[in-house]
Amino acid sequence: MGAVSATKPRTRLSNSTLLFIIAGIIFVLMYGFALISYPGSFMQFQTFFDLFNFNAALFIVTLGLCVVMIGGGIDISVGAVCGLVTMACAMLLELGSGNIWGALFLALGIGLAFGLMHGFLIAYLEIQPFIVTLGGMFLAQGLLTTLHREPLNVTLPAFVALRNFTIEIPWLGTVNRLGIFIPCEIKPGVIVVVVLVALYAALMKWSRFGRNVYAVGGDRQSARMLGINVKRTTFLSYVICGFTAGISGFVFLMTTGAGNIGNGSLFEMKAIASNVMGGILLNGGVGNLLGAPIGTMTLLTINELIRAAGVQSNLQAIVSGLLLYLFIVLQSIVMSLRGSGKFRLALPSWLKSHQVQDK
Amino acid sequence: MQSDIILKMEGICKSFPGVRALHNVDFTLRKGEIHALMGENGAGKSTLIKIITGVYQKDAGQIYLEGRPVSFRSPQEAQDMGIGTVFQEIALCPNLTVAENMFIGRGRDRFVHWKTMNGKAAEMLSSLGIPASPTQELASCSIAVQQMIAIARAVDMDCKILILDEPTSSLDEDEVQKLFALMRQLKARGVGIIFITHFIDQVYEISDRITVLRNGELIGEYEASSLPQIELISKMMGKALSDVSSMKKLEPGKADDSVPVFEATALSSAAGVRPFDFTIQKGEVNGFAGLLGSGRSESVRAIFAADKVTGGEVKVNGKRVKIKSPLDAMKQGIGYLPEDRKGDGIIDELSVRDNIILAMQVMKGFFRPLSRKQAEEFAEQFIQQLDIKVPSPNTPIKSLSGGNQQKVVLARWLLTQPMYLILDEPTRGIDVGTKVEIQKLVLKLAAEGMSLTFISSEIDEMLRVCSRMIVMKDREIVGELSGTNLTEQDVMQMIAQGGK
Repeated sequence: MGAVSATKPRTRLSNSTLLFIIAGIIFVLMYGFALISYPGSFMQFQTFFDLFNFNAALFIVTLGLCVVMIGGGIDISVGAVCGLVTMACAMLLELGSGNIWGALFLALGIGLAFGLMHGFLIAYLEIQPFIVTLGGMFLAQGLLTTLHREPLNVTLPAFVALRNFTIEIPWLGTVNRLGIFIPCEIKPGVIVVVVLVALYAALMKWSRFGRNVYAVGGDRQSARMLGINVKRTTFLSYVICGFTAGISGFVFLMTTGAGNIGNGSLFEMKAIASNVMGGILLNGGVGNLLGAPIGTMTLLTINELIRAAGVQSNLQAIVSGLLLYLFIVLQSIVMSLRGSGKFRLALPSWLKSHQVQDK
Repeated sequence: MQSDIILKMEGICKSFPGVRALHNVDFTLRKGEIHALMGENGAGKSTLIKIITGVYQKDAGQIYLEGRPVSFRSPQEAQDMGIGTVFQEIALCPNLTVAENMFIGRGRDRFVHWKTMNGKAAEMLSSLGIPASPTQELASCSIAVQQMIAIARAVDMDCKILILDEPTSSLDEDEVQKLFALMRQLKARGVGIIFITHFIDQVYEISDRITVLRNGELIGEYEASSLPQIELISKMMGKALSDVSSMKKLEPGKADDSVPVFEATALSSAAGVRPFDFTIQKGEVNGFAGLLGSGRSESVRAIFAADKVTGGEVKVNGKRVKIKSPLDAMKQGIGYLPEDRKGDGIIDELSVRDNIILAMQVMKGFFRPLSRKQAEEFAEQFIQQLDIKVPSPNTPIKSLSGGNQQKVVLARWLLTQPMYLILDEPTRGIDVGTKVEIQKLVLKLAAEGMSLTFISSEIDEMLRVCSRMIVMKDREIVGELSGTNLTEQDVMQMIAQGGK
């Protein structure tokens, strides 16, 4: 692919790839540290799968936000939208006439509505995304508490069956003290996560829209001069983000089975943190979509580690906060060293073969 | 010499509210020629280019593209007709790959075919001899290569006319040569190239023809080989204003040469001036002469640290000091009146009084505010002293005329009692009467012991106030002139002959 008659074909890693590799290494180190420190829990595959089982909604929210962040925007309404969707769907399912398909449509509809509104205000009326989505956040939170104040358990049998549905992996599992083999379990939400990751990664890598998002995030003005419809691209990125938040709300409900005021709270902040840890720059234009799940896993591993250490949960937040500082500082150091041409990442040979493709 | 005309513009006029940007300008571009469009800033070059590329609409005149009358309503239309433009600021996305930058925003395909795209890009790059790989990130290419990629994109869009607006301003010698090689190659393919630059040597190196504009009017079209540099420069600058030349010559100030007030060695800044040495004595008025864009402003901005200083040593009154920011410079007693009064100088919404005390306040620090009474007094004093025509010190500065705004900015600096004051184009856009007042004021201040650097586009004005002229060309100091019998001719001669 690099067969050019160029005098010096420098195949330097792109910034996106570099940050992605760093994010991957950090996750591996973090998980390795967890394995060594608490082999009892982390050695079990189920612990790993549970990261996904219990946090599928967060993974999904992070993906949608990742698209917006690559485009140079931000959406802080996603957590509240996710929470609103859980409650709205729970109420619909608790009505006598509600069914699962209806709830799914409602979830997607709410997400899409927020996405369309934010996209329109930000892209076409050119209002600051932070303020617009702050408005969206308040609106969704307000609607959530207006709908129902108390936790609402969904008792519809079909839904309960869906909630309790698990997929067993017969060839993977652990043997407990009594010598009984317990296979690993995966929730349906995890399947959704995997499908969406593959879909979005392909979208960002191979679709015209995806590349336009990168261009817009890299340099809006230039993107316009290059003939890209910047407004439409921005608009669509927020629509996708809102839509994804809708999906995440449904998956959240599938995991917990109850609508609750606290559902999805602070998800927007966790999603931003996850993306940053996954090597997606807040400035836009830089980052690999696969970094989003990696970053989420890093964040969750940190939390699990602290939980395993048995300290109070407020320490989780403190440590996550400090680590986030560390990540941001590390990223900006790498980027600025790189900008001045002083930075060279010494790569092992087994990594070098992958660097041509952006994956 | 090919004679088939590809673009012909006749009698182009364009006015903006209050300004006549172009008046009756003709321009002709032939197939396979490199045509330099020359003129000082404000001569109308960019307006003309923007009309060709469809950014502006002409008020009058006719454009023929390959003999057919055309009129472009948008840049897109011009592009579709085969007019490619590469602007000074590279309009590419640094985070995308080279190949993507060449093809993004062009196809209608919903999906990106990386292999095909990279293949096509590789072919294009190697046929134009551009040293880049399609898969590398654009940001990892040098500015010159990025510039070439922008050209490659334009060329690939089947362009017949390529407009290069200041393509060489951020390139080094080597990179310029690479770009020229590419331009010659395109010329051989029959592309008509319009080349705009401030670098006169480059014009002579590459152009076949030169069209000169001044004050929105066509001065003429010349064969590059038959137009000596000195003539080109005098055509660009034009004659001195008749009303000014009738004024009698002022006596330039006399310097006291004991210890230089300010001394810089190998000073350079991020704005791209070659490292230069500079000294100024107590009571001296000197000036940087040269064409617009020759690096005059960049040099004084480096002295004031208005751009990031990247190297050099600075001494004030013989003592080494570090000047890293305008505030450092101000603390050393250096004042700077910027060229761009609107952008860097005045704060529109504030009153005349507040604009006057601004620098003083900054120097004192914000925790020791000037009392209202003091501010009032200072403002009154300078409004009288400089004869600023203003209804009251509370009037917002934006409602003042250009000359009075300039006096306010001047008052601001005088209030801080600098020992060295830099005036960059202090008389631009000011009526002749006020001009003379400011010139006299400069000499009066020098007589009182202040050192000043005075920059003006009008050489005769500089000759009247400066006792020493530092001549710049292509961002380099090419020489110095001093003495009382200097003429405009001497300065132009030095610009033309200076450098390489």
